[in-house]
Amino acid sequence: MALAFDEFGRPFIILREQDQKTRLRGIDAQKANIAAGKAVARILRSSLGPKGMDKMLQGPDGDVTITNDGATILEQMDVDNQIAKLMVELSRSQDYEIGDGTTGVVVMAGALLEQAERQLDRGIHPIRVAEGYEMASRVAVEHLERISQKFEFDNDNYEPLVQTCMTTLSSKIVNRCKRSLAEIAVKAVLAVADLERKDVNLDLIKIEGKVGGNLEDTELIYGILVDKDMSHPQMPKQIEDAHIAILTCPFEPPKPKTKHKVDIDTVEKFETLRKQEQQYFDEMVQKCKDVGATLVICQWGFDDEANHLLMHRNLPAVRWVGGVELELIAIATGGRIVPRFQELTAEKLGKAGMVREKSFGTTKERMLYIEHCANSKAVTIFIRGGNKMMIEETKRSIHDALCVARNLIRNKSIVYGGGAAEIACSLAVDAAADKYPGVEQYAIRAFAEALDSVPMALAENSGLQPIETLSAVKSQQLKENIPFYGIDCNDVGTNDMREQNVFETLIGKQQQILLATQVVKMILKIDDVISNSEY
Amino acid sequence: MPIDKIFKDDANEEKGERARMASFIGAMAVADLVKSTLGPKGMDKILQSTGRGHSVTVTNDGATILKSLHIDNPAAKVLVDISKVQDDEVGDGTTSVVVLAGELLREAEKLVTSKIHPMTIIAGYRMAAECAREALLKRVIDNKENAEKFRSDLMKIAMTTLCSKILSQDKEHFAEMAVDAVFRLKGSTNLEAIQIIKKPGGSLRDSFLDEGFILDKKIGIGQPKRIENAKILVANTAMDTDKVKIYGARVRVDSMSKVAEIEGAEKEKMKDKVKKILAHGINCFVNRQLIYNFPEELFADAGVLAIEHADFEGIERLGLVTGGEIASTFDNPESVKLGHCKLIEEIMIGEDKLIHFSGVAMGQACSIVLRGASHHVLDEAERSLHDALCVLSQTVNDSRVLLGGGWPEMVMAKEVDELARKTAGKKSHAIEAFSRALVAIPTTIADNAGLDSAELVAQLRAEHHNEGCNAGIDVISGAVGDMEERGIYEAFKVKQAVLLSATEAAEMILRVDEIITCAPRRREDRM
Repeated sequence: MALAFDEFGRPFIILREQDQKTRLRGIDAQKANIAAGKAVARILRSSLGPKGMDKMLQGPDGDVTITNDGATILEQMDVDNQIAKLMVELSRSQDYEIGDGTTGVVVMAGALLEQAERQLDRGIHPIRVAEGYEMASRVAVEHLERISQKFEFDNDNYEPLVQTCMTTLSSKIVNRCKRSLAEIAVKAVLAVADLERKDVNLDLIKIEGKVGGNLEDTELIYGILVDKDMSHPQMPKQIEDAHIAILTCPFEPPKPKTKHKVDIDTVEKFETLRKQEQQYFDEMVQKCKDVGATLVICQWGFDDEANHLLMHRNLPAVRWVGGVELELIAIATGGRIVPRFQELTAEKLGKAGMVREKSFGTTKERMLYIEHCANSKAVTIFIRGGNKMMIEETKRSIHDALCVARNLIRNKSIVYGGGAAEIACSLAVDAAADKYPGVEQYAIRAFAEALDSVPMALAENSGLQPIETLSAVKSQQLKENIPFYGIDCNDVGTNDMREQNVFETLIGKQQQILLATQVVKMILKIDDVISNSEY
Repeated sequence: MPIDKIFKDDANEEKGERARMASFIGAMAVADLVKSTLGPKGMDKILQSTGRGHSVTVTNDGATILKSLHIDNPAAKVLVDISKVQDDEVGDGTTSVVVLAGELLREAEKLVTSKIHPMTIIAGYRMAAECAREALLKRVIDNKENAEKFRSDLMKIAMTTLCSKILSQDKEHFAEMAVDAVFRLKGSTNLEAIQIIKKPGGSLRDSFLDEGFILDKKIGIGQPKRIENAKILVANTAMDTDKVKIYGARVRVDSMSKVAEIEGAEKEKMKDKVKKILAHGINCFVNRQLIYNFPEELFADAGVLAIEHADFEGIERLGLVTGGEIASTFDNPESVKLGHCKLIEEIMIGEDKLIHFSGVAMGQACSIVLRGASHHVLDEAERSLHDALCVLSQTVNDSRVLLGGGWPEMVMAKEVDELARKTAGKKSHAIEAFSRALVAIPTTIADNAGLDSAELVAQLRAEHHNEGCNAGIDVISGAVGDMEERGIYEAFKVKQAVLLSATEAAEMILRVDEIITCAPRRREDRM
């Protein structure tokens, strides 16, 4: 521990309770951090690619998650080490920004760290390594831009989109029916996409899951699915051409927010209050009826009496619908959310061609379908699957696919997957390295080597000979000068990724390289770790 | 430099082979646990809860057993989950699905030790599952057109389902009951409409299906015990003190006389309400909530039968059978739909009085009264009957049926075996393993019945070598026999769900190569 003394030989206290803290500094600190980062990357390494394995995570309450999604694994891993937490952040930011490639980015960062360690052993200063990485990443990103291709698609010809989504889905457990899921994802995105502005609001796509049935039964509903049923068991189960009143006020007597008391001290007052109360219910229902509503969707509960009155007046109603769902319904049906009965008008009603209730399985579970909405922008993906874990995993996979489709609509450029892009970049970076004089040259070369680790992991997970396969593909790319050759993970027999239709988005790949470089730079710059030792 | 730790204190991780081992062993342990309950001669389990009273359940139902286990192994939890889903979705086959998944994993373990990559195994399993499903589809029998035959199919399915349960002694009786009940549903899968009432006493044979509806309630004092041509108002309203619901209202008085006045007004209000209810011209009033003594008296005076505190399902069912609507306001007597039935009477079952509604307008709901020697028997009987009802109601919708007694497994195994021979590459090992796992089910059934499983399964396999053979294991006679003659049928939907969910679960567990366990959440020590 560092101790400072003043001129009389008394120690200065620099760190409070110094002996209770551990401190690592200099090269030791960097080595320790690199080791931690590598450990995290190693966990994810085997999940990469279409033949990647899953991880089983047992949460603090004993709940089990089985997943292949890097971001989810890291999030639930209960990490304590600071550097490991940085890696978790890294994959999370990839998830927020792009939605896919969360495993790849961590594996990439791990490889960069591993290479950095070697450079440190050679005696290269960490800052120089970091700078070299920075230069190399710029080269790689530019090269990606160069080898990327533009995709042409529109609402009728969305085949390229489906292909890209399929690449994403093929690494998940749902790859059994990746084709249909990819189509669902693409159709959903196209339904809500604003192709003019190149913008997609993913909030309009609701993903709903229900245990039971098969994965094949998963469907896309042009409308909203609400996990609720009619408030009264005898209300009609199907309404055509519904006019929907969307309310956020309960069918209950009013509760003024100011404190008040109504004192009952005479019989007359008791009587009048009683009358008023009855009238109140009557009016509420009447108002809904007057504006021409044929379905009431309410955020709150109903009083028993109100419920019966609604039933009696032949006005079906749904209660306790969540706020988010209510908003979605409002968007989809073109209605307005009405906070008070007085403000209910005919214009504020939402319209839907068909509202129906559907029951599932042997238990009394019902869902409400709202379809053929006036504004068909909101869609729902309804997932069925054998068990809860399967549904959760499918949800995550569909989310990834949706993100990929969205990214493609934003930016139509793609690069080829299966490690082809990484190999191409590695070649480009390696070639560029020689032009840089100085120590950075070594770091740049290390970066090129790190890029190779992604295809290497892919080959390894697919049960191929990693070094052999990689060098073969690399030489092929170099010889024919075509950046489409990748790792043949599925044993199709060709490693031309164009033929295999394995695409990834350009921004996704670029983001991966940039984010990984950034985090590695950050880790390399740390030279002092002070932590409270265990107590 | 070693990194000391990445995870929090109590969290741990298991990797690669060890992780796979841990999940295989966990899953197989669970499968072996329920294995002995499979088939008509399967044994039961006693479950003792750790809660107060150490209540005991005796059961043969896979889902029930697994639900009550406290399992820590994550892979085992996956199996528990699939069994639960099977229960929710088709109701039966909860044991088979776990046993099949367990066998698939056991075979997979062997393959993994002989250095076949899990992904290859998964690919093989998928192909095999698809092929097995095709094989079943080819051999299904569909008698939807022929009502008579369809009914006999249903009977046979019900009997097959019940014969592995405690009800096997009287399976014909119960099968008849279940089929009748399901036919009344007219295609809906809402089993809520079938009410099962359990009354200890008598023997299982005394159980019966009632055409009408039985409500486990008592008739109020001084009210008629028997009403013919009843007009019933089903209601959900407060019949105690009708509170003023306007928020913040309270009674504040300054003298005793005023209290009396208000009390009078309250009574008056109740009287009004009763009057309004009576104005519907009814002679029976069923309320979900309490009815206090005062209104009860008023009803008794008017000669109306008033039943209080019928629970919500009771009300809903009653509304369904009698065709009345559930009312909460009573201002428009002319437009409220009343329920009708021919006769309401109080009946005695054992020592309890129940209210019986017969000759109801709409026959959608019905009641099954179970009698039995003890609560355990009744509970188990209810579960068994529930299984049968679930299977039947699903079969009504999807009328395809298969033969039972290990026949479907052998058919699938044969097709899968053929596929294995045609497939090149390592996958064929996995496909072969799949067929072995399928054969494990008839083997287990035979083993549980104390028969020579190796001999029987070999015979069965030989029989199945002929095209279009109907051979299966007849546990009763202990030999291979024609399943069609013996009338052992199973629903296609159940078999398909077993096949697909088991494969899915096995695949899921196989894909795992690392288990990360988080630190258990600390509970506040309140001691």
